[in-house]
Amino acid sequence: MSLLEFARGPALEFSIAVLLFGTAWRLVGILLLRWRIDKSEPRPDAPTKAVGALRGVARHFWPHRAFWSATAFQTLNSYVFHIGLAVVVLGFGPHIAFIRHLTGFGWPNLPTPLITFIAILTVGSLFAALTKRLTSPVLRLISTTDDYLTWVITIVPLVTGIAAAGHIGARYETLLAIHILSVAVFLIWLPFSKLAHAFLFVFSRGLTGARLTRRGAKF
Amino acid sequence: MTNSRTLGQQLQQKGISKRAFLKYSAYLASIMALPPSAGSALASGLANARRQAVIWLSFQECTGCTESLTRSYSPTLEDLIFDFISLDYHHTLQAASGEAAENARRQSMQENKGNYIVVVDGSVPTKDGGVYSMIAGQTNADMLRETIEDAAAVIAVGTCAAFGGLPFANPNPTGAVPISELVGDKPLVNIPGCPPIPEAMSGTLAHLLAFGKIPVLDDRHRPKAFYGETIHDRCYRRPFYEKGLFAKSFDDEGARKGWCLYELGCKGPIAYNACATLKWNGGTSYPIQSGHGCFACASPNFWDQGGFYNPLSSATNDMARNLVGAAVTGAAVGAGAAFLARRRQDRQLAASQNKAEDTS
Repeated sequence: MSLLEFARGPALEFSIAVLLFGTAWRLVGILLLRWRIDKSEPRPDAPTKAVGALRGVARHFWPHRAFWSATAFQTLNSYVFHIGLAVVVLGFGPHIAFIRHLTGFGWPNLPTPLITFIAILTVGSLFAALTKRLTSPVLRLISTTDDYLTWVITIVPLVTGIAAAGHIGARYETLLAIHILSVAVFLIWLPFSKLAHAFLFVFSRGLTGARLTRRGAKF
Repeated sequence: MTNSRTLGQQLQQKGISKRAFLKYSAYLASIMALPPSAGSALASGLANARRQAVIWLSFQECTGCTESLTRSYSPTLEDLIFDFISLDYHHTLQAASGEAAENARRQSMQENKGNYIVVVDGSVPTKDGGVYSMIAGQTNADMLRETIEDAAAVIAVGTCAAFGGLPFANPNPTGAVPISELVGDKPLVNIPGCPPIPEAMSGTLAHLLAFGKIPVLDDRHRPKAFYGETIHDRCYRRPFYEKGLFAKSFDDEGARKGWCLYELGCKGPIAYNACATLKWNGGTSYPIQSGHGCFACASPNFWDQGGFYNPLSSATNDMARNLVGAAVTGAAVGAGAAFLARRRQDRQLAASQNKAEDTS
Protein backbone atom coordinates (compact mmCIF):
# COMPACT_ATOMS: atom_id res chain seq x y z
CA MET A 1 0.00 0.00 0.00
CA SER A 2 1.43 3.34 -1.05
CA LEU A 3 1.37 6.42 1.15
CA LEU A 4 -1.40 7.93 -0.98
CA GLU A 5 -3.48 4.76 -0.80
CA PHE A 6 -3.06 4.77 2.99
CA ALA A 7 -4.01 8.44 3.18
CA ARG A 8 -7.09 8.15 0.94
CA GLY A 9 -8.19 4.90 2.56
CA PRO A 10 -7.70 3.95 6.22
CA ALA A 11 -6.30 7.30 7.39
CA LEU A 12 -9.18 9.34 6.01
CA GLU A 13 -11.82 6.90 7.22
CA PHE A 14 -10.32 6.69 10.71
CA SER A 15 -9.97 10.45 11.05
CA ILE A 16 -13.54 11.20 9.94
CA ALA A 17 -14.82 8.46 12.26
CA VAL A 18 -12.89 10.00 15.18
CA LEU A 19 -14.23 13.45 14.25
CA LEU A 20 -17.83 12.20 14.31
CA PHE A 21 -17.27 10.11 17.42
CA GLY A 22 -15.63 12.97 19.31
CA THR A 23 -18.12 15.60 18.18
CA ALA A 24 -21.12 13.42 19.10
CA TRP A 25 -19.51 12.53 22.42
CA ARG A 26 -18.86 16.15 23.38
CA LEU A 27 -22.16 17.54 22.11
CA VAL A 28 -24.39 14.88 23.65
CA GLY A 29 -22.29 14.80 26.82
CA ILE A 30 -22.70 18.56 27.31
CA LEU A 31 -26.31 18.87 26.21
CA LEU A 32 -27.48 16.06 28.50
CA LEU A 33 -25.88 17.60 31.56
CA ARG A 34 -28.30 19.02 34.10
CA TRP A 35 -29.14 22.63 33.30
CA ARG A 36 -28.46 25.12 36.05
CA ILE A 37 -31.74 26.53 37.34
CA ASP A 38 -31.69 30.28 37.70
CA LYS A 39 -34.14 31.01 40.54
CA SER A 40 -33.77 34.75 40.33
CA GLU A 41 -36.65 36.82 39.04
CA PRO A 42 -35.97 37.85 35.42
CA ARG A 43 -35.91 41.53 34.58
CA PRO A 44 -39.30 42.77 33.33
CA ASP A 45 -37.98 43.52 29.86
CA ALA A 46 -35.82 40.38 29.62
CA PRO A 47 -36.30 38.38 26.43
CA THR A 48 -37.02 34.67 26.43
CA LYS A 49 -34.09 32.30 26.92
CA ALA A 50 -34.03 31.40 23.24
CA VAL A 51 -33.99 35.01 22.08
CA GLY A 52 -31.37 35.89 24.68
CA ALA A 53 -29.24 32.97 23.50
CA LEU A 54 -29.50 34.00 19.86
CA ARG A 55 -28.62 37.59 20.75
CA GLY A 56 -25.63 36.28 22.69
CA VAL A 57 -24.42 34.32 19.70
CA ALA A 58 -24.88 37.26 17.34
CA ARG A 59 -23.44 39.89 19.68
CA HIS A 60 -20.14 38.12 20.07
CA PHE A 61 -19.42 38.24 16.36
CA TRP A 62 -18.18 41.78 16.90
CA PRO A 63 -16.54 43.32 19.99
CA HIS A 64 -18.22 45.98 22.09
CA ARG A 65 -17.13 49.50 21.31
CA ALA A 66 -15.39 49.74 24.66
CA PHE A 67 -13.07 46.86 23.76
CA TRP A 68 -12.55 47.78 20.11
CA SER A 69 -9.18 49.46 20.42
CA ALA A 70 -7.81 46.54 22.41
CA THR A 71 -9.23 43.78 20.23
CA ALA A 72 -9.40 45.28 16.72
CA PHE A 73 -6.36 43.45 15.37
CA GLN A 74 -7.36 40.08 16.77
CA THR A 75 -10.93 40.48 15.60
CA LEU A 76 -10.08 41.47 12.06
CA ASN A 77 -7.23 38.97 11.78
CA SER A 78 -9.47 36.19 13.09
CA TYR A 79 -12.03 37.03 10.43
CA VAL A 80 -9.35 36.89 7.76
CA PHE A 81 -8.15 33.40 8.60
CA HIS A 82 -11.59 32.00 9.48
CA ILE A 83 -13.14 33.22 6.23
CA GLY A 84 -9.97 32.26 4.38
CA LEU A 85 -10.13 28.71 5.73
CA ALA A 86 -13.80 28.45 4.83
CA VAL A 87 -13.25 29.70 1.27
CA VAL A 88 -10.29 27.39 0.70
CA VAL A 89 -12.07 24.34 2.12
CA LEU A 90 -15.40 24.97 0.40
CA GLY A 91 -14.31 26.73 -2.79
CA PHE A 92 -11.51 24.56 -4.18
CA GLY A 93 -12.61 22.12 -6.90
CA PRO A 94 -10.90 18.95 -5.61
CA HIS A 95 -12.30 19.66 -2.10
CA ILE A 96 -15.82 19.95 -3.49
CA ALA A 97 -15.22 16.74 -5.42
CA PHE A 98 -14.25 15.06 -2.14
CA ILE A 99 -17.38 16.35 -0.39
CA ARG A 100 -19.58 15.40 -3.35
CA HIS A 101 -18.17 11.89 -3.36
CA LEU A 102 -18.74 11.58 0.40
CA THR A 103 -22.16 13.19 0.73
CA GLY A 104 -23.65 13.51 -2.73
CA PHE A 105 -23.80 17.31 -2.44
CA GLY A 106 -21.69 19.66 -4.50
CA TRP A 107 -21.54 23.24 -5.76
CA PRO A 108 -19.53 25.26 -8.31
CA ASN A 109 -15.89 25.86 -7.44
CA LEU A 110 -13.89 29.09 -7.41
CA PRO A 111 -10.93 29.69 -9.75
CA THR A 112 -7.77 28.02 -8.50
CA PRO A 113 -5.59 31.19 -8.68
CA LEU A 114 -8.09 32.93 -6.36
CA ILE A 115 -8.04 29.97 -3.96
CA THR A 116 -4.25 30.00 -3.97
CA PHE A 117 -4.18 33.72 -3.21
CA ILE A 118 -6.65 33.32 -0.34
CA ALA A 119 -4.73 30.33 1.02
CA ILE A 120 -1.49 32.31 1.08
CA LEU A 121 -3.32 35.22 2.72
CA THR A 122 -4.71 32.81 5.33
CA VAL A 123 -1.25 31.45 6.07
CA GLY A 124 0.00 35.00 6.53
CA SER A 125 -2.92 35.75 8.80
CA LEU A 126 -2.17 32.69 10.94
CA PHE A 127 1.44 33.80 11.27
CA ALA A 128 0.21 37.23 12.33
CA ALA A 129 -1.97 35.57 14.97
CA LEU A 130 1.01 33.61 16.26
CA THR A 131 3.16 36.72 16.35
CA LYS A 132 0.50 38.53 18.36
CA ARG A 133 0.30 35.59 20.76
CA LEU A 134 4.05 35.48 21.23
CA THR A 135 4.52 39.23 21.63
CA SER A 136 1.60 39.97 23.93
CA PRO A 137 2.61 39.27 27.55
CA VAL A 138 -0.97 38.53 28.58
CA LEU A 139 -1.68 36.21 25.65
CA ARG A 140 1.63 34.44 26.16
CA LEU A 141 0.80 33.92 29.81
CA ILE A 142 -2.55 32.31 29.14
CA SER A 143 -1.42 30.27 26.14
CA THR A 144 -1.08 26.53 26.60
CA THR A 145 0.42 23.71 24.57
CA ASP A 146 -3.08 23.19 23.13
CA ASP A 147 -2.96 26.68 21.58
CA TYR A 148 0.40 26.21 19.89
CA LEU A 149 -0.30 22.66 18.77
CA THR A 150 -3.66 23.76 17.38
CA TRP A 151 -1.92 26.51 15.43
CA VAL A 152 0.50 23.99 13.90
CA ILE A 153 -2.23 21.48 13.12
CA THR A 154 -4.28 24.23 11.42
CA ILE A 155 -1.54 25.74 9.29
CA VAL A 156 0.06 22.50 8.07
CA PRO A 157 -2.92 21.43 5.90
CA LEU A 158 -2.92 24.90 4.34
CA VAL A 159 0.77 24.82 3.47
CA THR A 160 0.66 21.22 2.21
CA GLY A 161 -2.50 22.04 0.26
CA ILE A 162 -0.84 24.98 -1.50
CA ALA A 163 2.10 22.72 -2.34
CA ALA A 164 -0.14 19.90 -3.61
CA ALA A 165 -2.36 22.13 -5.74
CA GLY A 166 0.67 23.81 -7.28
CA HIS A 167 2.79 20.63 -7.55
CA ILE A 168 5.56 22.33 -5.59
CA GLY A 169 8.49 20.52 -4.02
CA ALA A 170 7.76 16.84 -4.63
CA ARG A 171 5.74 14.41 -6.69
CA TYR A 172 2.01 15.07 -6.69
CA GLU A 173 1.14 11.72 -5.10
CA THR A 174 3.51 12.47 -2.21
CA LEU A 175 2.23 16.01 -1.77
CA LEU A 176 -1.39 14.90 -1.94
CA ALA A 177 -0.77 12.08 0.55
CA ILE A 178 0.94 14.44 3.01
CA HIS A 179 -1.86 16.97 2.59
CA ILE A 180 -4.57 14.36 3.24
CA LEU A 181 -2.66 13.01 6.24
CA SER A 182 -2.32 16.53 7.66
CA VAL A 183 -6.06 17.00 7.23
CA ALA A 184 -6.62 13.65 8.96
CA VAL A 185 -4.60 14.87 11.96
CA PHE A 186 -6.66 18.08 11.96
CA LEU A 187 -9.94 16.13 11.98
CA ILE A 188 -8.77 13.88 14.83
CA TRP A 189 -7.54 16.84 16.86
CA LEU A 190 -10.65 18.99 16.30
CA PRO A 191 -13.20 17.60 18.78
CA PHE A 192 -10.74 17.20 21.67
CA SER A 193 -8.94 20.54 21.53
CA LYS A 194 -9.61 24.24 21.30
CA LEU A 195 -10.61 23.62 17.71
CA ALA A 196 -13.85 22.25 19.21
CA HIS A 197 -14.99 25.88 19.30
CA ALA A 198 -16.02 25.17 15.71
CA PHE A 199 -19.19 23.56 17.09
CA LEU A 200 -19.17 24.56 20.78
CA PHE A 201 -19.08 28.34 20.27
CA VAL A 202 -22.83 28.38 19.66
CA PHE A 203 -23.55 26.86 23.07
CA SER A 204 -21.05 28.89 25.08
CA ARG A 205 -22.19 32.16 23.53
CA GLY A 206 -25.84 31.15 23.70
CA LEU A 207 -25.67 30.23 27.36
CA THR A 208 -23.92 33.49 28.16
CA GLY A 209 -26.53 35.41 26.17
CA ALA A 210 -29.49 33.66 27.81
CA ARG A 211 -28.11 34.16 31.32
CA LEU A 212 -27.04 37.77 30.97
CA THR A 213 -30.09 39.04 29.09
CA ARG A 214 -32.25 37.56 31.86
CA ARG A 215 -30.32 39.77 34.27
CA GLY A 216 -30.82 42.87 32.17
CA ALA A 217 -27.82 42.98 29.88
CA LYS A 218 -28.61 44.64 26.56
CA PHE A 219 -27.37 42.53 23.67
CA MET B 1 17.78 -18.06 -34.00
CA THR B 2 20.56 -15.49 -34.15
CA ASN B 3 22.66 -14.98 -37.29
CA SER B 4 25.86 -13.23 -38.17
CA ARG B 5 24.44 -10.36 -40.24
CA THR B 6 24.22 -6.92 -38.70
CA LEU B 7 21.07 -4.83 -38.62
CA GLY B 8 22.63 -2.42 -41.12
CA GLN B 9 23.18 -5.22 -43.59
CA GLN B 10 19.65 -6.55 -43.11
CA LEU B 11 18.06 -3.13 -43.56
CA GLN B 12 20.12 -2.52 -46.68
CA GLN B 13 18.91 -5.83 -48.07
CA LYS B 14 15.31 -4.85 -47.34
CA GLY B 15 15.69 -1.58 -49.22
CA ILE B 16 15.65 0.75 -46.18
CA SER B 17 17.74 3.80 -47.06
CA LYS B 18 20.43 5.14 -44.76
CA ARG B 19 18.50 8.42 -44.51
CA ALA B 20 15.36 6.62 -43.30
CA PHE B 21 17.40 4.66 -40.79
CA LEU B 22 19.11 7.82 -39.48
CA LYS B 23 15.74 9.53 -39.17
CA TYR B 24 14.41 6.59 -37.20
CA SER B 25 17.49 6.58 -34.94
CA ALA B 26 17.14 10.31 -34.31
CA TYR B 27 13.46 9.77 -33.52
CA LEU B 28 14.30 7.00 -31.07
CA ALA B 29 16.99 9.14 -29.45
CA SER B 30 14.59 12.05 -29.07
CA ILE B 31 11.76 10.04 -27.50
CA MET B 32 14.27 8.55 -25.08
CA ALA B 33 15.42 12.06 -24.14
CA LEU B 34 18.96 11.30 -25.22
CA PRO B 35 21.21 14.22 -26.25
CA PRO B 36 21.27 15.07 -29.99
CA SER B 37 24.74 13.54 -30.36
CA ALA B 38 23.32 10.20 -29.20
CA GLY B 39 21.27 9.93 -32.40
CA SER B 40 24.29 9.10 -34.54
CA ALA B 41 25.74 6.87 -31.81
CA LEU B 42 22.44 5.03 -31.62
CA ALA B 43 22.36 4.66 -35.42
CA SER B 44 25.92 3.40 -35.46
CA GLY B 45 25.28 1.00 -32.59
CA LEU B 46 22.11 -0.34 -34.16
CA ALA B 47 23.70 -0.71 -37.61
CA ASN B 48 26.49 -2.81 -36.17
CA ALA B 49 24.35 -4.80 -33.75
CA ARG B 50 23.67 -8.49 -34.39
CA ARG B 51 20.46 -10.34 -33.82
CA GLN B 52 19.58 -10.45 -30.17
CA ALA B 53 18.05 -13.64 -28.84
CA VAL B 54 14.84 -12.92 -26.98
CA ILE B 55 12.69 -15.36 -25.04
CA TRP B 56 9.22 -14.07 -24.35
CA LEU B 57 7.37 -15.68 -21.45
CA SER B 58 3.65 -15.15 -21.03
CA PHE B 59 2.16 -15.87 -17.62
CA GLN B 60 -1.04 -14.52 -16.03
CA GLU B 61 -1.84 -12.02 -18.80
CA CYS B 62 -4.40 -11.21 -21.48
CA THR B 63 -2.05 -10.94 -24.48
CA GLY B 64 -3.02 -7.28 -24.78
CA CYS B 65 0.64 -6.29 -24.48
CA THR B 66 1.57 -8.48 -27.44
CA GLU B 67 -1.46 -7.22 -29.34
CA SER B 68 -0.34 -3.66 -28.75
CA LEU B 69 3.26 -4.27 -29.74
CA THR B 70 2.57 -6.33 -32.83
CA ARG B 71 -0.49 -4.62 -34.26
CA SER B 72 -0.46 -0.98 -33.35
CA TYR B 73 2.34 0.09 -35.66
CA SER B 74 2.41 -2.61 -38.23
CA PRO B 75 3.99 -2.33 -40.68
CA THR B 76 6.59 0.26 -39.69
CA LEU B 77 10.27 0.46 -39.09
CA GLU B 78 9.70 -0.67 -35.52
CA ASP B 79 8.72 -4.02 -36.95
CA LEU B 80 12.15 -4.27 -38.49
CA ILE B 81 13.63 -3.97 -35.07
CA PHE B 82 11.53 -6.95 -34.13
CA ASP B 83 12.77 -8.68 -37.26
CA PHE B 84 16.20 -7.92 -35.99
CA ILE B 85 15.69 -9.62 -32.67
CA SER B 86 15.48 -13.37 -32.72
CA LEU B 87 12.22 -14.10 -30.99
CA ASP B 88 12.98 -17.69 -30.05
CA TYR B 89 9.96 -18.34 -27.84
CA HIS B 90 6.62 -16.59 -27.76
CA HIS B 91 3.29 -18.34 -27.12
CA THR B 92 1.25 -16.18 -29.45
CA LEU B 93 3.71 -15.65 -32.27
CA GLN B 94 5.71 -18.84 -32.45
CA ALA B 95 4.88 -21.53 -34.99
CA ALA B 96 6.06 -24.40 -32.83
CA SER B 97 3.92 -25.86 -30.08
CA GLY B 98 4.15 -28.38 -27.26
CA GLU B 99 7.53 -30.00 -26.63
CA ALA B 100 8.97 -28.46 -29.81
CA ALA B 101 8.33 -25.01 -28.43
CA GLU B 102 9.86 -25.85 -25.06
CA ASN B 103 12.87 -27.34 -26.82
CA ALA B 104 13.29 -24.14 -28.82
CA ARG B 105 13.36 -22.17 -25.57
CA ARG B 106 15.93 -24.44 -23.98
CA GLN B 107 18.04 -24.52 -27.14
CA SER B 108 18.09 -20.73 -27.29
CA MET B 109 19.05 -20.56 -23.62
CA GLN B 110 21.94 -22.95 -24.26
CA GLU B 111 23.18 -21.32 -27.46
CA ASN B 112 22.99 -17.77 -26.11
CA LYS B 113 23.99 -18.45 -22.53
CA GLY B 114 24.55 -15.20 -20.67
CA ASN B 115 23.50 -13.05 -23.65
CA TYR B 116 19.80 -13.56 -24.23
CA ILE B 117 17.05 -11.28 -23.00
CA VAL B 118 13.93 -12.55 -21.27
CA VAL B 119 10.76 -10.57 -21.85
CA VAL B 120 7.90 -11.39 -19.52
CA ASP B 121 4.28 -10.33 -19.70
CA GLY B 122 1.86 -11.34 -16.98
CA SER B 123 2.22 -11.83 -13.24
CA VAL B 124 3.23 -15.05 -11.54
CA PRO B 125 0.82 -16.94 -9.25
CA THR B 126 2.42 -18.24 -6.06
CA LYS B 127 -0.57 -19.45 -4.04
CA ASP B 128 -1.04 -23.23 -3.63
CA GLY B 129 2.32 -23.96 -5.19
CA GLY B 130 1.65 -21.79 -8.22
CA VAL B 131 -0.84 -24.24 -9.76
CA TYR B 132 -3.11 -21.50 -11.12
CA SER B 133 -0.98 -20.99 -14.23
CA MET B 134 1.21 -23.75 -15.65
CA ILE B 135 2.92 -24.25 -19.00
CA ALA B 136 4.14 -27.65 -20.18
CA GLY B 137 3.68 -29.03 -16.68
CA GLN B 138 5.81 -26.27 -15.18
CA THR B 139 4.59 -23.54 -12.87
CA ASN B 140 5.20 -19.99 -14.06
CA ALA B 141 7.56 -19.42 -11.15
CA ASP B 142 9.66 -22.49 -12.06
CA MET B 143 9.75 -21.57 -15.75
CA LEU B 144 10.81 -18.01 -14.92
CA ARG B 145 13.49 -19.21 -12.51
CA GLU B 146 14.87 -21.66 -15.07
CA THR B 147 14.77 -19.21 -17.98
CA ILE B 148 16.35 -16.18 -16.34
CA GLU B 149 19.22 -18.13 -14.80
CA ASP B 150 21.58 -17.37 -17.70
CA ALA B 151 19.80 -14.30 -19.08
CA ALA B 152 21.56 -10.99 -19.62
CA ALA B 153 18.52 -8.98 -18.56
CA VAL B 154 14.82 -9.30 -17.86
CA ILE B 155 12.20 -6.96 -19.31
CA ALA B 156 8.82 -7.01 -17.60
CA VAL B 157 6.30 -5.83 -20.18
CA GLY B 158 2.89 -4.59 -19.08
CA THR B 159 1.56 -3.70 -15.66
CA CYS B 160 0.82 -7.32 -14.74
CA ALA B 161 4.47 -8.25 -15.09
CA ALA B 162 5.81 -4.97 -13.71
CA PHE B 163 3.50 -4.47 -10.74
CA GLY B 164 1.08 -7.40 -10.59
CA GLY B 165 -1.73 -5.73 -12.53
CA LEU B 166 -5.19 -7.22 -12.62
CA PRO B 167 -4.29 -10.62 -11.11
CA PHE B 168 -2.63 -8.75 -8.21
CA ALA B 169 -5.77 -6.65 -7.55
CA ASN B 170 -7.64 -7.20 -4.34
CA PRO B 171 -8.36 -9.97 -3.30
CA ASN B 172 -5.57 -11.45 -5.43
CA PRO B 173 -6.97 -15.01 -5.41
CA THR B 174 -3.92 -16.60 -7.05
CA GLY B 175 -1.30 -14.95 -4.87
CA ALA B 176 0.04 -13.15 -7.94
CA VAL B 177 3.35 -11.32 -7.65
CA PRO B 178 5.19 -9.02 -10.06
CA ILE B 179 8.34 -10.25 -11.81
CA SER B 180 10.51 -7.99 -9.67
CA GLU B 181 9.88 -10.26 -6.68
CA LEU B 182 11.33 -13.30 -8.46
CA VAL B 183 14.32 -12.10 -10.48
CA GLY B 184 16.75 -11.53 -7.63
CA ASP B 185 19.65 -9.37 -8.71
CA LYS B 186 19.20 -9.83 -12.48
CA PRO B 187 19.07 -6.52 -14.39
CA LEU B 188 15.37 -5.72 -14.66
CA VAL B 189 13.51 -3.20 -16.79
CA ASN B 190 9.83 -2.58 -16.12
CA ILE B 191 7.75 -1.31 -19.03
CA PRO B 192 4.33 -1.00 -17.42
CA GLY B 193 1.08 -0.07 -19.08
CA CYS B 194 -2.15 -1.81 -19.85
CA PRO B 195 -0.89 -2.18 -22.50
CA PRO B 196 2.46 -0.37 -22.68
CA ILE B 197 3.19 2.14 -25.43
CA PRO B 198 4.88 0.34 -28.37
CA GLU B 199 7.72 2.87 -28.56
CA ALA B 200 8.56 2.29 -24.90
CA MET B 201 9.17 -1.34 -25.78
CA SER B 202 10.96 -0.84 -29.09
CA GLY B 203 12.95 2.10 -27.74
CA THR B 204 14.16 0.11 -24.73
CA LEU B 205 15.16 -2.80 -26.94
CA ALA B 206 16.91 -0.46 -29.38
CA HIS B 207 18.84 1.08 -26.50
CA LEU B 208 19.87 -2.37 -25.32
CA LEU B 209 21.00 -3.35 -28.81
CA ALA B 210 22.80 -0.11 -29.67
CA PHE B 211 24.55 0.60 -26.38
CA GLY B 212 24.70 -2.90 -24.87
CA LYS B 213 23.19 -1.72 -21.61
CA ILE B 214 19.79 -0.93 -20.19
CA PRO B 215 18.62 2.71 -20.26
CA VAL B 216 18.51 4.95 -17.21
CA LEU B 217 15.77 3.71 -14.88
CA ASP B 218 13.76 5.26 -12.07
CA ASP B 219 13.23 3.78 -8.60
CA ARG B 220 10.59 1.42 -10.01
CA HIS B 221 12.94 0.14 -12.73
CA ARG B 222 11.11 2.07 -15.47
CA PRO B 223 13.05 3.80 -18.26
CA LYS B 224 13.08 7.46 -17.27
CA ALA B 225 12.80 8.44 -20.90
CA PHE B 226 9.24 7.11 -21.03
CA TYR B 227 8.16 7.19 -17.41
CA GLY B 228 9.96 10.25 -16.09
CA GLU B 229 6.99 12.59 -16.20
CA THR B 230 3.34 12.33 -15.39
CA ILE B 231 0.54 12.46 -17.94
CA HIS B 232 -0.63 15.57 -16.06
CA ASP B 233 2.74 17.29 -16.56
CA ARG B 234 2.40 17.02 -20.32
CA CYS B 235 -1.37 17.12 -20.65
CA TYR B 236 -2.76 19.72 -23.03
CA ARG B 237 -5.64 20.17 -20.55
CA ARG B 238 -3.24 21.21 -17.77
CA PRO B 239 -3.96 24.96 -18.16
CA PHE B 240 -7.59 24.25 -17.29
CA TYR B 241 -6.47 22.49 -14.11
CA GLU B 242 -4.39 25.51 -13.19
CA LYS B 243 -7.40 27.78 -13.70
CA GLY B 244 -9.76 25.51 -11.78
CA LEU B 245 -11.91 24.71 -14.81
CA PHE B 246 -13.15 21.14 -14.38
CA ALA B 247 -15.65 19.08 -16.36
CA LYS B 248 -18.32 17.81 -13.97
CA SER B 249 -19.72 15.16 -16.25
CA PHE B 250 -18.75 13.57 -19.56
CA ASP B 251 -21.32 15.54 -21.52
CA ASP B 252 -21.47 18.94 -19.84
CA GLU B 253 -20.26 22.23 -21.27
CA GLY B 254 -16.88 21.85 -19.57
CA ALA B 255 -16.34 18.46 -21.18
CA ARG B 256 -17.23 19.87 -24.59
CA LYS B 257 -14.77 22.72 -24.07
CA GLY B 258 -12.01 20.29 -23.20
CA TRP B 259 -11.66 21.24 -19.53
CA CYS B 260 -9.67 19.22 -17.01
CA LEU B 261 -11.06 15.76 -16.18
CA TYR B 262 -9.68 15.64 -12.61
CA GLU B 263 -13.13 15.61 -11.00
CA LEU B 264 -14.22 12.79 -13.33
CA GLY B 265 -11.55 10.54 -11.91
CA CYS B 266 -8.56 11.32 -14.13
CA LYS B 267 -5.43 9.89 -12.49
CA GLY B 268 -3.07 11.83 -14.77
CA PRO B 269 -1.34 13.61 -11.85
CA ILE B 270 -0.03 10.30 -10.48
CA ALA B 271 0.38 8.47 -13.82
CA TYR B 272 3.98 8.20 -15.01
CA ASN B 273 3.81 7.42 -18.71
CA ALA B 274 4.41 8.97 -22.11
CA CYS B 275 0.84 8.83 -23.47
CA ALA B 276 0.51 12.63 -23.57
CA THR B 277 3.66 13.01 -25.70
CA LEU B 278 4.00 9.85 -27.80
CA LYS B 279 0.26 9.13 -27.92
CA TRP B 280 -1.26 6.00 -29.46
CA ASN B 281 -2.08 4.67 -32.89
CA GLY B 282 0.74 6.40 -34.67
CA GLY B 283 0.53 9.55 -32.57
CA THR B 284 -3.17 10.01 -33.23
CA SER B 285 -4.57 10.48 -29.75
CA TYR B 286 -4.58 9.26 -26.17
CA PRO B 287 -7.41 8.64 -23.68
CA ILE B 288 -7.60 12.18 -22.27
CA GLN B 289 -7.63 13.64 -25.79
CA SER B 290 -10.54 11.33 -26.51
CA GLY B 291 -12.46 12.78 -23.57
CA HIS B 292 -11.81 10.13 -20.93
CA GLY B 293 -9.72 10.43 -17.79
CA CYS B 294 -6.46 8.54 -17.35
CA PHE B 295 -6.64 5.28 -15.36
CA ALA B 296 -2.94 5.44 -14.45
CA CYS B 297 -2.72 1.97 -15.96
CA ALA B 298 1.08 2.02 -15.71
CA SER B 299 0.97 2.55 -11.94
CA PRO B 300 1.12 -0.06 -9.19
CA ASN B 301 -2.29 -1.05 -7.79
CA PHE B 302 -4.15 0.92 -10.42
CA TRP B 303 -7.15 -1.40 -10.08
CA ASP B 304 -7.44 -0.56 -6.38
CA GLN B 305 -7.32 3.25 -6.48
CA GLY B 306 -10.88 3.68 -5.24
CA GLY B 307 -12.67 3.54 -8.59
CA PHE B 308 -11.78 4.76 -12.04
CA TYR B 309 -14.34 7.57 -11.91
CA ASN B 310 -13.68 8.87 -8.41
CA PRO B 311 -11.36 11.89 -8.18
CA LEU B 312 -7.92 11.57 -6.62
CA SER B 313 -9.00 13.85 -3.79
CA SER B 314 -11.80 11.50 -2.74
CA ALA B 315 -11.69 8.77 -0.12
CA THR B 316 -11.23 5.23 -1.38
CA ASN B 317 -13.08 3.37 1.36
CA ASP B 318 -16.82 2.86 1.43
CA MET B 319 -17.12 4.31 4.88
CA ALA B 320 -20.81 5.23 5.37
CA ARG B 321 -21.61 2.39 7.78
CA ASN B 322 -18.50 2.91 9.89
CA LEU B 323 -19.07 6.66 10.10
CA VAL B 324 -22.67 6.23 11.26
CA GLY B 325 -21.43 3.68 13.79
CA ALA B 326 -18.76 6.09 15.04
CA ALA B 327 -21.30 8.91 15.48
CA VAL B 328 -23.80 6.66 17.29
CA THR B 329 -21.07 5.27 19.56
CA GLY B 330 -19.87 8.79 20.31
CA ALA B 331 -23.42 9.85 21.23
CA ALA B 332 -23.77 6.79 23.47
CA VAL B 333 -20.48 7.54 25.22
CA GLY B 334 -21.58 11.17 25.66
CA ALA B 335 -24.92 10.09 27.12
CA GLY B 336 -23.10 7.72 29.47
CA ALA B 337 -20.75 10.48 30.58
CA ALA B 338 -23.68 12.83 31.20
CA PHE B 339 -25.50 10.10 33.16
CA LEU B 340 -22.46 9.54 35.38
CA ALA B 341 -22.11 13.29 35.92
CA ARG B 342 -25.77 13.57 36.94
CA ARG B 343 -25.46 10.63 39.33
CA ARG B 344 -22.41 12.23 40.91
CA GLN B 345 -24.37 15.47 41.32
CA ASP B 346 -27.26 13.56 42.94
CA ARG B 347 -24.90 11.89 45.39
CA GLN B 348 -23.24 15.18 46.26
CA LEU B 349 -26.66 16.79 46.74
CA ALA B 350 -27.85 13.93 48.96
CA ALA B 351 -24.64 14.08 50.98
CA SER B 352 -24.94 17.83 51.52
CA GLN B 353 -28.62 17.46 52.53
CA ASN B 354 -27.73 14.73 55.03
CA LYS B 355 -24.99 16.90 56.43
CA ALA B 356 -27.41 19.80 56.80
CA GLU B 357 -29.94 17.58 58.61
CA ASP B 358 -27.24 16.25 60.92
CA THR B 359 -26.07 19.70 61.87
CA SER B 360 -29.63 20.90 62.52
